[in-house]
Amino acid sequence: MTQTYQAQVYVTLRPSVLDPAGTAVRSGLEHMGYDNVDKVRIGKYIEVSLTADSEEAARSQLDRMCDQLLANPVIENYRIELQAMAVV
Amino acid sequence: MKFGVITFPGSNCDRDVVYITRDILKRPTHRIWHEDSDLGDVDVVVIPGGFSYGDYLRCGAVAQFSPAMRSAIEFANQGGLVLGICNGFQILTEVGLLPGALMRNRDMRFICDRTPLKVERTDLTWTSNYAKGQVVTIPIAHGEGCYYADADTLKSLEDNQQVVFRYSSPDGVVDESNNPNGSLNNIAGICNKTGNVLGMMPHPERAADAGLGGTDGLSLFESILATALSAV
Repeated sequence: MTQTYQAQVYVTLRPSVLDPAGTAVRSGLEHMGYDNVDKVRIGKYIEVSLTADSEEAARSQLDRMCDQLLANPVIENYRIELQAMAVV
Repeated sequence: MKFGVITFPGSNCDRDVVYITRDILKRPTHRIWHEDSDLGDVDVVVIPGGFSYGDYLRCGAVAQFSPAMRSAIEFANQGGLVLGICNGFQILTEVGLLPGALMRNRDMRFICDRTPLKVERTDLTWTSNYAKGQVVTIPIAHGEGCYYADADTLKSLEDNQQVVFRYSSPDGVVDESNNPNGSLNNIAGICNKTGNVLGMMPHPERAADAGLGGTDGLSLFESILATALSAV
């Protein structure tokens, strides 16, 4: 049975990749007085709602979406959270 | 020698390239719309600069799935000549025709400037009219031109001599003070292993008309013609 799923995709820079935007934000926080901030890394948050026959099917489709488009594996990692929505 | 220039929604250097190949070099030039999977009987495909599909998500990310780009990948894999300039370079890395990625400039600024580049290879179709080690001046205009690749990829690029252009001083010194955007190893342009695919952040088409102050980029287009002639 087809089911609607809501996915949250978190795309983050690989630890080895420099993040000049994150560094700039960290310096902004420092100017605000937060001298205890060690590091800021900026990523992307993407919501995807989709229909699939099972949670496994949805997850495997989302993995492919991330590998091919939503993230760039050369510089980014991703993490997917997935919930089944109420049947309509 | 027939040129094809792809236009995506958001491309803005496509007409500049067409002006060089059609009006200055007097070569037939075919404009290819992004939805068109038929490239025509072209010998060189140029992927121009700009902001394809608004550069949403990442620069060049969405363009990679367009019909024209799918055909360009096939064309490149069959040995066809493909040149990606600026956004075109970003697209070539996104589709995996060239390794690595282009990230936000080190200093977070969009840079629009004329930059000296050291020509590292002259045995390519793209660079035969340059002298090895020659320093040329070609403009850059980008916010995301910082070349990144992991250590293994970078080593393999250097081992295979795939770095074609590096940011340098006017007298050819390659160091961090002559690196406008933080690119690893001062990389401004690379080719694939077989040399038929070239990606570069600088804009040779903006340095190809004497009336616009500089013709160092014209040699790149003339190299393509020269190689084609010598092959006949």
